[in-house]
This record gives sequence, C-alpha cells and structure tokens, in this order.
Amino acid sequence: MSPVRKKRFYMVLLLLTGVSIATFLIIQAFSQNMMFFFSTTEVKQGKAPADRDFRLGGLVVNHSVQRESGSLKVHFELTDSQTPVKVEYSGILPDLFREGQGIIAKGRLNDQGVFVAKEVLAKHDENYMPPEVADSINKAQLASSEPVQP
Amino acid sequence: MQEFFAMGGYGSYVWSAFGISFLIILINLVQPALQHRQAIRDADDFHHQEK
Amino acid sequence: MNIIAKWYYRLGAPNWFYPLTGKMLPWIAVIFLALLIPGLYMGLFTAPADYQQGDSFRIMYVHVPAAWMSMFIYFAMAVAAVVALVWRVRMAEIMIISSAPIGASFALIALITGSLWGKPMWGAWWVWDARLTSELILLFIYLGIFALYNAIENKQTAGRAMSILTLVGVVNLPIIHYSVVWWNTLHQAATVSKFDTPSIHIDMLIPLLLMAAAFQFLYLWILLLKMRANLLEQDLHCGWVKKIIWDRRKAHNGGN
Repeated sequence: MSPVRKKRFYMVLLLLTGVSIATFLIIQAFSQNMMFFFSTTEVKQGKAPADRDFRLGGLVVNHSVQRESGSLKVHFELTDSQTPVKVEYSGILPDLFREGQGIIAKGRLNDQGVFVAKEVLAKHDENYMPPEVADSINKAQLASSEPVQP
Repeated sequence: MQEFFAMGGYGSYVWSAFGISFLIILINLVQPALQHRQAIRDADDFHHQEK
Repeated sequence: MNIIAKWYYRLGAPNWFYPLTGKMLPWIAVIFLALLIPGLYMGLFTAPADYQQGDSFRIMYVHVPAAWMSMFIYFAMAVAAVVALVWRVRMAEIMIISSAPIGASFALIALITGSLWGKPMWGAWWVWDARLTSELILLFIYLGIFALYNAIENKQTAGRAMSILTLVGVVNLPIIHYSVVWWNTLHQAATVSKFDTPSIHIDMLIPLLLMAAAFQFLYLWILLLKMRANLLEQDLHCGWVKKIIWDRRKAHNGGN
C-alpha cells in the first residue's frame, strides 16, 4: 500500500475503533433498560420497579393454571426454575400459552405479592420439529427421568 | 387444497407475509429495470444531438 | 497519486463491468428461480407443521432469509466502504448506493413478516425488545445512507460521506446478532447460526437453506440491475455510454 492509502486505512481503523468503543459504553450504560423483562428471581429480590408497570418473564409452572369459571380470569405461576411468582390475568391468552411455556406478563405486584398482569405474551424457543418427533423425545425423556413404577 | 390455504387457521398471517414479501421484491426488480430504460433513452437523446 | 491510474479507476471499470454483468443477469435469474421454486414448494407443502406453532412457523421461510440478507448486505456494504475510502474506487461507492435500498427492503420484509408471525404466536404485532429495535435501527441506517448520498450534489463528496456513515453503522450488526443473548428478549434465540447442531428438524431445515440461497441470488440479481442503471445514469455523457448507445443503434438498424 502506498503511504497515502496506508494513512487512509489507519483513519478508517481509527473511526471504527472509536465508534465501537462509544457504542460499547452506551450499551453498558443502558444495559439494564434494554432488558425486555425481569426474571422471577430478580422480582423476588426487589430489582423490579415497585411504582410502575414492568414485564415479568418465566415458564408457566405445571398444574398451576386455574381458570375462574364464568369469567376470563386465570391464575397461574411463573418460574425461572428457582423462584415461583403468582400471576393473575383476565383476558384472552395467546395461542402458545400452555403449561411449561415461556411467558412474559406486563403489570405490577399487588400488596399480597401477586403479579397482576394487564398483558400476557408467549415466548417460543428456538426448537422446531414435527409433533411426532416432539412426542418421541418426550417419551424418551420420561422413560429416562422417571424410575419404572412398581 | 382448502386445507392448504387455511394453514391450520393461520392462513391470513402466512399468506399476507408471503404476499407482502413478493410485492416488495417485485418493486425491487421493476424499479431498476425502469430506471435503466429511462437512462438508455436519455443517453440515446444526448449522444444523438452530440453527433 | 498517479493521475493516469486514478482516471483508469474512474473510467476503466464501467465499460468492462456493464457488458459482462449484462451477460450474467439471465443466469443469475435462472439460478434464483431454480432455488426458489423447490424452496417454496418444500416450505409450504412438504415440511411438517411445527409441534408448537403449527403452520404459522412457515412464515420463517421468508422471515429468516430476509433478516439474514438484511445483515449480509450491510456487511458487504461495509467491506465496500473500506475499499471506497482507502482505494477511492468509485465502483465500490456505486455498489454501496445500489445496495442500500435492497438492504432496506429486506429489513422491511423481515420486520413486516416478523410482525405477522408475532401477532398469532406472541400475542403482539410489535414489542420494543432488543432484537426488534436493533433491526428497526438497521432499516433507518439504510434509509439514512440512501438519503445522505442523494442529498449531496457532488457525487465524490457524497460517496465519501456515505462510506463513512456505512462504517459507523456497522456496529449495529453484532448488536442485532447478539441481542437475543445479551438481553432478555421476547424474540427467540438463534436456531441455525449457532456453534451447535441446528435445533430444527431436517425436513424443515432444507427448505430454509434453499430459500436462504435463493435470496442470495436475488440480491445479486437486483444489485447488478441497480448498479447498471445507476452507472448509466451517472455517466450519461461519458465515452463508454456513447459506445454502448452506438452499438445498440447498429444492432437495431442491422436487425431491420
């Protein structure tokens, strides 16, 4: 490379490094705000804001879903597999809402520590497979995790 | 066939996703073709006068 | 810098580029269709429905390739921006300005199809999570690059300003890719591009890869169309355009 081009090349490198460092610092500063939701453990630790709405994310605990008859009200628990949090919501749930599914609810805690949700979104994972394959994986997991009943 | 277009109840979402994508891609193919045709015409005019 | 070499760069390339790409175009279109048709057929017909998302997951076959392309095109533009800034190659600037609207289109497709996928599955058309927001910023950067180049009258200055803006914007690429890892997002994590076997069944993966390859050729196709049109437009008065016009006339008159 000729000296002129070399100089231009270093200018380009300098520009890129400068912008990268600036971006890194901005991201560091805003990192907490860029979290779309809080985990249930974070909420129990009091990291979520108390005076305004926030989002709570976790898996729906198996057998925790209870629907009130005659209304759209539903109670369930969310967990990050360490700390469960009770949630109540009244409204239409997304198609993917089911036990064991990742859910993000928006709302705030009431005085009893129950999360009152105004909006419920379902988070799906990165796995894609046909139902038959999912079934056989489930069966295989059940067989290996549960000892044979006497 | 009916079943295919229904997409298990998600037909409206799936087909509008594919339809809108097709439309945007079509615009991307047609626009440069028109721009090219116009540029050829302009160049033709210019170099005709110049001769 | 040697003046002769400089003018060689400025004028030498188009008269070689234009006819060559003219011959390549039909082949690129054929390869695109040869990948697209089986990709669409397998994606819409033969791929099994997902165990959780049913048939709605088929939106993936435009959403994912479009999102990948929106990032690939930006990366290609950033490489061209380094070439344009260091070596002052004008063809690299033409490549950037021709790519910007294509990249914007793919980003838009990714956002719209994502929205149409998000509504039935998540329960929301749009959320301000890190992945969606950073992809939206990518769209705005594309539009900014396009607007900047067209706002500056002197194309040499415009090309340099645009190249710098392209390089500045490249920091958004790792942010988009790692957004699902660095932050809690509603958007899923990576299915295919991770250092592990893809978490997708092979019958669903093959059409996805076909569509992704098809979109690469689609980009190449539109890019060459756009570059040729932009080159002709800018070099209207140049000798190489005159030669093309004369050749066209000769062919036309000979044909009659």
